[in-house]
Amino acid sequence: MRGQVSRKTIFAFVGPAVIGLAAVGIAPLIYAVWTSLHFYNLTKLKKVKFIGFENYSTVLTDEVFWQAMGRTFFLLVTALPLQIILGMSIALVLHQPGLTLIKTLCRLSLVLPMATTYAVVGLLGQVMFNQKFGVMNQLLGGADINWIGDPENAFAMIVFWDVWQWTPFVALVLLAGLTMVPGEVEEAARLETKSKWTVLRYVQMPFLLPGLVAVLILRTADTLKLFDMVFTLTRGGPGSSTEFISLMIQRVGFRGFDQGLASAQAIILLIITIILAQIYIRVFYKEV
Amino acid sequence: MTAPRSLWSQIVLLVVIITVCVFPFYWMVTTSLKTQIVALEAPPVWLFEPTLNNYREALFEDGVLRTLINSLVVAISTTLLALILGVPAAFALARFEFRGKKDLWFWFITNRMVSPIVLALPFFLIARNLGLLDKHITLILIYLTFNLPIVIWIVTDQFRGIPYDLDEAARLEGASQFTIMRKICLPLAMPGVAVSAIFSFIFSWNELMFGLILTRTEAKTAPAMAVSFMEGYSLPYGKIMATSTLIVIPVLIFALLASKQLVRGLTMGAVK
Repeated sequence: MRGQVSRKTIFAFVGPAVIGLAAVGIAPLIYAVWTSLHFYNLTKLKKVKFIGFENYSTVLTDEVFWQAMGRTFFLLVTALPLQIILGMSIALVLHQPGLTLIKTLCRLSLVLPMATTYAVVGLLGQVMFNQKFGVMNQLLGGADINWIGDPENAFAMIVFWDVWQWTPFVALVLLAGLTMVPGEVEEAARLETKSKWTVLRYVQMPFLLPGLVAVLILRTADTLKLFDMVFTLTRGGPGSSTEFISLMIQRVGFRGFDQGLASAQAIILLIITIILAQIYIRVFYKEV
Repeated sequence: MTAPRSLWSQIVLLVVIITVCVFPFYWMVTTSLKTQIVALEAPPVWLFEPTLNNYREALFEDGVLRTLINSLVVAISTTLLALILGVPAAFALARFEFRGKKDLWFWFITNRMVSPIVLALPFFLIARNLGLLDKHITLILIYLTFNLPIVIWIVTDQFRGIPYDLDEAARLEGASQFTIMRKICLPLAMPGVAVSAIFSFIFSWNELMFGLILTRTEAKTAPAMAVSFMEGYSLPYGKIMATSTLIVIPVLIFALLASKQLVRGLTMGAVK
């Protein structure tokens, strides 16, 4: 029978990867659960003791935690629509026939932002958005905007860089969807109607949906993970205006030294991630 | 007809897109060639006499060279380890039928969703207790949490694309599954293996948070080093951008090499 092999063979092939990933991906989670049930402060290691679910009840009633959570989702609902609108426009431009050379160039330049080291994006942000020495204010015609030091501007700046880095990704995903539309079907539709919108809505959309779902899922996960770029650019400040969930947990655990509380926050974040993933799967992959 | 006009507007649009994508890199490289005095002119200057001083100072006086070597060692080692563990698993997932295969696949792939901070906390405590802080091996291991899934994801796909008849023929000759993988399927799957290696390298090379938390001096990675330049009040923009350029150039070259597959790799976990 095709594909039937002994258990021993299967284990020999799969075992190392399973053991490896369990050791680095699951064992630490179990340890995090253990830590979260303790009073565990890096500056008071002699006083580590079991306190049950106290850390969890602290987190659940902690305004700062839920504010960071809310801020994270606010970033998602601000940046994602921009990325989708801009990405869709770029994809539609690139999908039009002709101008092959410049379009190839464009596609290659789109690859650059999303491969850039996140920390470097943050550093670029610091250099380009500095109020006095930055090129951004110069390009805005000698504006005097305090990007990094003002809470709302700092948030806008994070949105800018998130959009800069990930719009190309959305554009290329959607472009891949557009190229899946059979040529004859698209041409036939264009003969029927002059409206580009109608073609997009009724002919191209079905091919774009899987890509849009993928974008939604991945941008949600990545926003919950967002750390490197923001840490480099603002460290979560000024105040807590750009302190997204991963930055907040890092601050509590490593700058506030409270590993127990941070672990409880991390486990709750993990649970929220799993619930979101389940909802997405239920809603979008019903057929599975 | 308005064809010529729409053609021109298309060209303008494309040029704008390219400019927006590329301009930050242009600014990064030019700033890296400025002296400290020129870099801190307000408003910024666009024309100046370039100097390579920032690169020389950053690499040899501030120790960026060593952090680049650290990053290189870690990224290459973790990629090799991910391939050694991941390729056989991918082969099994593509070729064998067994119970729980779907769940296993799902578990491998959804690892991408887990926020790294969730792993960073316990990993830090474990590494501290075992005396593994500031060691390359610690980063090499933790980077497996995202490299192993990406290798399995891409290589499984690649193995699935290889006709089964080849296996069958070899099996009739008496070849073991391991021989079939190594001698027949692996050479044909090399493009996928190469792409997954590039991904694994890029992700590891780009990573900051684990590098920041799990290293101090000995194993400090280049991104962690670049960030530490920002501490203090002198704002050494030229040096920071020189370091950034050194970090980003290899990644951009790799990304352009794998540009066709980049989107596929980044959508891991969200498309079947």
